[in-house]
Amino acid sequence: MAVTEEELKSLREKARRVRIDILKMLTECGSGHTGGSLSATDIVTALYFYKMKYDPKRPDWKERDNFILSKGHAAPVLYTALAHAGFIEHAELCTLRKLGSRLQGHPDSKCMPGVEISTGSLGQGLSVANGLALAHKLDKSSNRVYALLGDGELQEGQIWEAAMTAAHYKLDNICALVDNNGLQIDGPVEKVMGVEPITDKWRAFGWEVFDIDGHDMAAITAALDKAETVKGKPTMIICRTVKGKGSKVFEGKVEFHGTTPSKEELDIAMKELSGETVCK
Amino acid sequence: MTEKVATRDAYGDALVSLGKKRNDVVVLDADLSGSTKTSKFAKVFPDRFFNIGIAEQDMMGTAAGLAIGGKLPFVSTFAVFATGRAWEQVRQSICYPNLNVKIVASHSGVTVGEDGGSHQSVEDIAVMRVIPHMTVIVPADGPETLQAIEAAAEYKGPCYVRVGRSKVPTLFGADYKFKIGKAHVFNEGKDAAIIATGIMVAEALRARDLLKAEGIDVGVIDMATIKPLDTDAVLAAAKRCGAIVTAEEHSIIGGLGGAVAEALVESVPVPMARIGIKDTFGTSGDQEALLKHYGLSAGDLATAVKEVIKKKR
Repeated sequence: MAVTEEELKSLREKARRVRIDILKMLTECGSGHTGGSLSATDIVTALYFYKMKYDPKRPDWKERDNFILSKGHAAPVLYTALAHAGFIEHAELCTLRKLGSRLQGHPDSKCMPGVEISTGSLGQGLSVANGLALAHKLDKSSNRVYALLGDGELQEGQIWEAAMTAAHYKLDNICALVDNNGLQIDGPVEKVMGVEPITDKWRAFGWEVFDIDGHDMAAITAALDKAETVKGKPTMIICRTVKGKGSKVFEGKVEFHGTTPSKEELDIAMKELSGETVCK
Repeated sequence: MTEKVATRDAYGDALVSLGKKRNDVVVLDADLSGSTKTSKFAKVFPDRFFNIGIAEQDMMGTAAGLAIGGKLPFVSTFAVFATGRAWEQVRQSICYPNLNVKIVASHSGVTVGEDGGSHQSVEDIAVMRVIPHMTVIVPADGPETLQAIEAAAEYKGPCYVRVGRSKVPTLFGADYKFKIGKAHVFNEGKDAAIIATGIMVAEALRARDLLKAEGIDVGVIDMATIKPLDTDAVLAAAKRCGAIVTAEEHSIIGGLGGAVAEALVESVPVPMARIGIKDTFGTSGDQEALLKHYGLSAGDLATAVKEVIKKKR
């Protein structure tokens, strides 16, 4: 059941390609969230290409695992993963945020296959994940529910309401992750409104907590595997990440929360990621 | 008009009956199940009842997740919390994704009584009807509530159903067939028409009888669905009578009065008066006293009808 070296190599390569596609998509669109999409890339890659059970031909397949992007502004990483997974064609990625596109600025479940629920307003996705988990418990199904939260998002009170619910209802079919990249729009999270100690908080709320390097594919896959063995309580994987991970142009930069690369910045990043330099 | 039943009690019974027919029905509450009467369902189907505690925002999101998971969730708490505290969750997690969640909010309007203004929602119809994809239903009595709940269960999409704490007269019999979006015309009238909703329907019928004694022929319409409004019924009444009075246990801003005014002014502008809470918060008191205090009695309705008739051209 544990990941193989082959699989790890393949996952790292997939993450590299996902980063390239995210950056091309964002540069083409001229609008969107760069930093938080890149910091979440390795996590989302592991979920879609290692752990989750789904069928791109049947987005409504009753036995599928569910993924909720609670930090909905990272839509670019979700859309790219869905394209690589076969839910949509690659060509559609360049329609991000355009009028009439299925790739809305924040995920819209009404039009986009593979998106479970519309998100974008922070703090709401974990509650929805709980609802899905409760439905699976009622049906006695083995489907698992994954939810990706932002660290700034932990400032929203509803997150903690949902944390209580998951523990109270013993939702061990929930595995949530925090993309702990340390930055939000107005600056570093600890400077705006400190959320630490994150680990202690989730543990106090009755969750099983793992702390990992969110860019270490071996650690991510191992934690996802371990989460499946936890019984009687939900699991939280806190992923220490770098906002903008993938290129020095974006890494650790507050300003790249909601701004997109210029053509020049894209070229620099492409060289680092060893991809093509021209946007398709 | 002899038996009196609170619409929240009818809701509680409707849930149990629905739960027996459909095993996908689940119910959520936020620590108010004794008051909202979801406790009746909880007693019979404990595995399908989820108390989320005093966390209304979380409750709405959880309902959304249950809906995605193939369940038919009914979510309850007081109207002020369902539509106030959790307004954004209703908008973002239920209406925007157009999920099949039914919000049945109890203790609407001032007849919440002694708890006072913090617990009395005078804005819920307004803030719910303005959200796209939302259907808004305000049943007038026990039988209409039962049917509204069943209709809401059949309907595919977000629904907001407003029920109340006060015992109201039974207006409808076994032969009544409620339909979402269809008003019920008790009688057509000639001089004016009262379009009422919720507990004000019974008051409207009383006002009609008061006015009959004075030789004024008033029609009464139960507008149970605020959205989609039965515009045909509104315009027909306006064409027929030439004067309209709306009546609701809600602010005169944005609720039934607002919806009717919007329909009238674009097609059949006639003199109109809105009976309701005059842009003020509620206050503590017993139900009878509060209805008088806020000008929501049959007498107040009759006075308004006479005033609006004077403005007819």
